[in-house]
Formats: sequence, C-alpha cells, structure tokens
Amino acid sequence: MDAPTAAPARPRMTPRRRRGLSRALQYAVLAAVATALAVVADWGRIADSFFRFDIAAAMFPDVWTAFANTIVYTLLAFAFGMVVGVLIALMRVSEFGPYRWFATAYVEIFRGLPALLVLFLVGFGVPQAFPGIQYPGGVYGQVALGLGLTSSAYIAESVRAGIQAVPKGQIEAARSLGMSPTRTMITVVLPQALRIVIPPLTNELVMLTKDSSLVFVLGVTTATMELSKFARNELTSTANATPLLLGGLLYLLLTVPLSALARRLEHRGEAR
Amino acid sequence: MTEPPTTEPTPPAEAPPLVRIRDLHKRFGDNEVLRGIDLDITEGEVVCLIGPSGSGKSTLLRCVNLLETPTEGTITAAGHDMTGPDADLDAARRDIGMVFQQFNLFSHLSILDNVAIAPRRVCKTPRAEAEAEARRRLAEVGIEGKERARPAQLSGGQQQRVAIARALAMKPRLMLFDEPTSALDPELVGEVLAVMKGLAAEGMTMLVVTHEMGFAREVADRVLFLDGGVIVESGPPAEVLANPRTERAREFLHRVLHPAD
Repeated sequence: MDAPTAAPARPRMTPRRRRGLSRALQYAVLAAVATALAVVADWGRIADSFFRFDIAAAMFPDVWTAFANTIVYTLLAFAFGMVVGVLIALMRVSEFGPYRWFATAYVEIFRGLPALLVLFLVGFGVPQAFPGIQYPGGVYGQVALGLGLTSSAYIAESVRAGIQAVPKGQIEAARSLGMSPTRTMITVVLPQALRIVIPPLTNELVMLTKDSSLVFVLGVTTATMELSKFARNELTSTANATPLLLGGLLYLLLTVPLSALARRLEHRGEAR
Repeated sequence: MTEPPTTEPTPPAEAPPLVRIRDLHKRFGDNEVLRGIDLDITEGEVVCLIGPSGSGKSTLLRCVNLLETPTEGTITAAGHDMTGPDADLDAARRDIGMVFQQFNLFSHLSILDNVAIAPRRVCKTPRAEAEAEARRRLAEVGIEGKERARPAQLSGGQQQRVAIARALAMKPRLMLFDEPTSALDPELVGEVLAVMKGLAAEGMTMLVVTHEMGFAREVADRVLFLDGGVIVESGPPAEVLANPRTERAREFLHRVLHPAD
C-alpha cells in the first residue's frame, strides 16, 4: 500500500482566517493604547485647560469679528493671487522670451520665500524704501499683497499646468475658425484650463485660510484681528487653552468643507 | 460598363483656382513628408486625397490653412496668399473651414455656442443673429433639439456634424476635411458622409482626406493618390479608383478594397 503523503498535523490556516486574525490583533493593540492613554491622562486637568465653557462663551460675539476677518483676508489674498497668478501663467506660456523669463523669476522668488518674510517685506520693507507709501485699504491692502504674492506664484503654476493640459486640437479648431492667438486663449483655452485646475485652486484656498494667521505680524487692532491672533490674546488674558480649541474649530469649519469640495470636484473631473 | 465619359472640369481660363499650391515641401526634422506638391483646385470642385498612412495626405491638407507651416513652396487659398510675408492668417482662416478627425468641439461650450462662438467673437456678429444662424446651420446638418447639450453628450456622428455646422457658420469659401469619418463607429459614418454629399451638391469647394472609397467614387470630381509625399496619380475617380496606372496605387486600392485578402 502506498503511504499517505505526509499530511500536516494541523490544517494550515486559510488566507481568510489569517486576515481575520491579523485584523483582530490590530484592534487589540489600538484598544490597549487607547485604554493606556485614558488611564494615564489627567482628564480633569485637560478638561480644565481646553473645555472651559465659560471662557468659550465669553469669546462671543467678538470672535465673529476675527472669524470674519480671517475670511476677508483669505478672499482678498485669493483674489489678488488669482488675477496676478493667471497673468503670470499667461506670461509663462508666452512666445515672447522676456515675459517667460520674468514669470519664471517671479514664480521662483515668491514660491521660494516664506510667506512670513514676504509679509514683513510688504508691511515694513516697502514702506521703509518708499516713505509715505499708502496701501489702498490699509491693512487689508497689505494683506492682499503680502499673502497674495506668495499665493499668486502657486496659482500661476497650477494655471500653467491647466493651460498645457488643454488638448492641442481645441487650439487648432479655434485657430482654424480665424481666432487670433489671444482670442483663442481667452475664449477656448483659459475657460477649459481653469476648469481643470479647480481642485488645486481649492487647495490653495485652504492653504490661504491657514496662512491668514500670519497677518498678526503687521500689527493689527481689535477691529482687524484674525482668528489666530484673537485666540492667542484670549489665551494670554485667561491663562487657559480653551480659546485655542475654539479658534481651531472655527478654522476647521472653513477648511473641512473646502477640502471636501476639492475632493468632490476632483472626482467629477475624473468622471468626465 | 458604359459610364458617361467623365470630363475634367474646365474652368473659364480667366478664373484663378480657389487653391493654388506650388512646389510645396514639408520637413519634420530629417523626415521630408511632402516632396514637391503642385495642385490647383477650382471653385466648386471636390477633391479627395487618398493614400497609405504616412503618405502626407493630412500634412498637405493642414498646410492649406497653415496649421502646418510649409518648409518650401507657395500656397494661395480662398483668395489669400497664405505663404506671403504679409499673410493675415486669421483673416484667411475665416474663409477656410476645417473639420478634424477627432471633431475638436469646444468641450466647455454648449452645442449652440460651439457653432455661434466664432461668428460672435471673430466677426462680432450680434449674439441673437449669430445664434439664429447657428440654429439654421445645425438644422442643415440634422442636429435639432440638442442646442443646450454638451459635446460629450452627443454621439461621434452627431459631434462631427456639429463640427461641420461650426465651420459652415463662418461662411467659408473652402472646406478642408481631415479624415472626418475615421474616428467614427461604422454605423455612424453614413450620416456624416450624407452631410458632406449635400454640401458638395450645393457647390462647396472641398478638399477631403478620406479612406471612404465609396464617397470618393460618388462625390469627388477628382481623386489624388499620394504616396511618399508626392502626388502619384490624379484624375477623375473612375480613372484613379478603377484603373490606376501605377503599381503603388493598384496595391493600395487592392488592400483598401479587399482588406481580408
């Protein structure tokens, strides 16, 4: 009789069983970490530092001014960034060399410099070099320029990529109808390019929302204060971290929907 | 077969041809795609360009409206000196319609806007007038009730008919077709060819790069067989398609008409 080929003593684990076991193990580790944190942390102290409702309540209604300023600064900088960014993008794809060189230098400089340093330059460097200079809109003009310069460099790169992603056939069709290069750009290329870059532009808006916290370096008053500065002032005067939590939540109130919007637009782009 | 003798269209001696190409050369780097093309097309003539892929048909067509810049040679088309130093290409292209293999409809615009946009933006036609004209053009190519749709919502055949309407909206004197049915599913080819036949019957001057030998036989006044960047045969379709004089044309036609052999 032929001997049965060495049968395994135990049946080997099926892949499915192995996956289940691995997952159970990971849950167990997570649960252990969470339990350890819960036990180790001083919850009374944390609640006292971050969740003081009386302090949070006292921040209203003034926090709305700061909240509104954050939005205004963001939109001003974005508006500046869009206008200048599209112009720079057009120069980057220009057939005229000096335009291209200027645009390349512009992008490299303002993408390479920290936004904080650009704000300092706009707020203090320029007024020193040109005494008596007045920014239209006061601090609002300074912010539009200071944050917008950095933003425009990023927007320019996005828009340039969008312009180059428009199929060549679209341009050929437009030119064949007698449209000039400029007319083709305005009527056919830019509208399609901007549609393509809506997701990265939305991300840029999220970045700007957060970068608006840098505005404090310009020296702001109660009326022109944005969220971060406001929250920090409250932190100092109350010696409590609750204002930071509330400020953070208000940022998320702006950025999370924007990010969600960007994701949705991105998927819509894929579906097309 | 007793076919009526096909006569070469003989234009009045004083009428200059609508298209005149002399000694046209086109090089892409080291690759000489066109090696000396001479071609006259008279007003109202339908000329079909046939030939194997890489023979230079599309390049020749694209040189006529200067989508490709000729390396050498001269071109006049629709009354415009295309290759002269003072050529106003934008003005010339208004008179030369072009239809592409991939349709190239403006994907961000509605069907109506696709047809009306060039008259509005280039000729400054008032919007209402341009749109009324666009509706007429769309009706001519059998597209109705789709004015608000986007190009992507239409079938390939519909898109190509819109592309023809878009070109016609500029009231061109000459129409260039670059393999207009090659990107279409077979069952959609007929509707586009029908529109082109109608256009030819109305007396439009047409230069057509095509693989549709049936269309060439039926509609063309003249068929040109291109190979290796030169015009190898030229004549009425009955001659070129039925009794090619050269071995190259015979081989090509055999392959096209009997692909399974």
